[in-house]
Amino acid sequence: MDTFLQQILNGLVLGSIYALIALGYTMVYGIMGLINFAHGEVVMVGAMVTISVISGLTHFGVNLPGPVLLLIGVAVAIPSCMLLGFVIERVAYRPLRGAQRLAPLITAIGLSIVLQQLAILIWGRNYIPFPPVLDHDVVTIFGASITTLQIFIIVMCFAIMVGLLVMVERTRLGRAMRATSQNPSVAGLMGVNVNTIISATFVIGSALGAIAGVMVATNYDQAHYYMGFMIGLKAFTAAVLGGIGNLGGAVAGGILLGIIESLGAGYIGSLTGGFLGSNYQDIFAFMVLILVLIFRPSGLLGEKMADRA
Amino acid sequence: MSMTLDTNKKIGIFLVCAIILAVLPFAVGSVLGNAWVRIIDFALLYVMLALGLNIVVGFAGLLDLGFIAFYAVGAYAYALLSSPHFSIHLPFYITIPLGALFAAFFGVLLGTPVLRLKGDYLAIVTLGFGEIIRIFMNNLNAPVNITNGPQGINLIDPIKVGGVSLGSTIEFAGLSFRSVYLYYYLFLVLTVGVVIMASRLQHSRIGRAWVALREDDIAAAAMGINIRNIKLLAFGLGALSGGVAGGLFSSFQGFVSPESFGLLESIMILAMIVLGGMGHIPGVILGAVMLTIVPEVLRSVIGPLQMNTLGRMVIDPENARMLLFGLALVVMMLVRPEGMWPSKRRKAEFRHAKENAAQKG
Repeated sequence: MDTFLQQILNGLVLGSIYALIALGYTMVYGIMGLINFAHGEVVMVGAMVTISVISGLTHFGVNLPGPVLLLIGVAVAIPSCMLLGFVIERVAYRPLRGAQRLAPLITAIGLSIVLQQLAILIWGRNYIPFPPVLDHDVVTIFGASITTLQIFIIVMCFAIMVGLLVMVERTRLGRAMRATSQNPSVAGLMGVNVNTIISATFVIGSALGAIAGVMVATNYDQAHYYMGFMIGLKAFTAAVLGGIGNLGGAVAGGILLGIIESLGAGYIGSLTGGFLGSNYQDIFAFMVLILVLIFRPSGLLGEKMADRA
Repeated sequence: MSMTLDTNKKIGIFLVCAIILAVLPFAVGSVLGNAWVRIIDFALLYVMLALGLNIVVGFAGLLDLGFIAFYAVGAYAYALLSSPHFSIHLPFYITIPLGALFAAFFGVLLGTPVLRLKGDYLAIVTLGFGEIIRIFMNNLNAPVNITNGPQGINLIDPIKVGGVSLGSTIEFAGLSFRSVYLYYYLFLVLTVGVVIMASRLQHSRIGRAWVALREDDIAAAAMGINIRNIKLLAFGLGALSGGVAGGLFSSFQGFVSPESFGLLESIMILAMIVLGGMGHIPGVILGAVMLTIVPEVLRSVIGPLQMNTLGRMVIDPENARMLLFGLALVVMMLVRPEGMWPSKRRKAEFRHAKENAAQKG
């Protein structure tokens, strides 16, 4: 029973991070109908920039409490990633709007490779440890343990998601975004500047990605130039699981996927009689992805659509 | 170009090409060294792979980002059946067809659940499939050691034709044929076979069905094309070529490990098709050759160039190579999305799309 609760807690931490990244995918998909393959790299850059800022500050002898250092790091990472998201849209997507579908996919993959290689140039090929700015106090709940940091991650994720939902539902920008996702040309006729809205979507999604990147790095205590690939893929799976284009769906899908993955990794050993171990954790996301797309391509909360292309 | 040529000229061009291809390894080997013959061998392997993927992506329009999985299946099938790992040493005329069939089986296995998917969705599911295969290869060393995990399988038998091992040097007619030369001729024969298969398929009833599927699957179904079968056939035949190339890779390299079958390889092969000219066999061949040779040229140029001009290594060649590859993908898509050597039909489509976009503003 303890294992069960422990895996649920682990899944919740992982899942809320997935959810945050999945929101970035789903917002872009909702508005442009495209998968932003370079989104995982934004997550990676967010983590890397934060680490660099913190190490830089400590290197120059700035003596501040750990959480403040972290806050400064995040405060630099968010605008950097927003700028990156803006540039990605300008370079890889805007010139190809209305072109054949393959072209933006290839440019996004190309940009992904470029960003990874630039990350190698700047930060090297090795794992970078996250600076020890936070204490990892362990709290025990019903025999399962969770760190204060992880509790903070979950709370932050939920706060941000609620904030985003309120923004999309209640503000002028949110209304323009919803209008654009329903029909860009009509939204344009109604006075919405579609280009601005698309840029805004990328920028907001990238900000969320930056925060998620920092969370991943603090949770695993390390960052790596290739970290964005796997986590991006899983977050995309989460978005599909919840119903791509649907914000609530991305949140639900992210958390569900996190829990499925931890439970799977925790129990696969005993289920298969020791034949498969927790090193197969990564295949659960792909299995979920394939199963969802076969049995319910519209996702859990997605609207039924005749044909997804 | 081909319309105005008369038969004599065609035969002439064919003969010139044949002679060039026949003496190529000797010319390259004596001028640039045998390392470059090896690179040409790899170029031929990639031509086979790219033509296989071109059936799926170019002909049938099904975007596959996990194609390397079939290459891996073929390679591992050969490795397991012709190496000391299980102490099985079957001859290549059994292992390569077996590996190819096995790969084709996996192709259909992947194709069945994704029949309803298109575009980006299909791309990401096939990508996931490729990763699943790689994760299994990486981890199937315990509790029963099947793939030997990340260490991979070593000492794989070279191909033996009529008692002669292609892994050794042969003296014939006063010339000495090294292993890389022998493999060159084997790969060349098989590549020509794949080219013929692909072009016969393209101009067959099946090929026309694929075009119909690519352009509009609903209209194709209405015309009486069995969409399910034709899709599975594309996946199966593409995987078959991938499996053959995989088996050849295994015997040529003598070593396989999961590292050779990552996502980047799948992207590389897709890039060969897209940059070359999707669906156009000469374009795909050009793309595969370019993307094999150019990075190698860069590898040997970038290092010395930096030493000579800057006096030190600013950026390591591997890094620079990948950076340029990524940039090339982006720039090519922005400037010339139809590829270096597109078919007339695709060229027209792109021009049409561009005019439409321009009209819309």
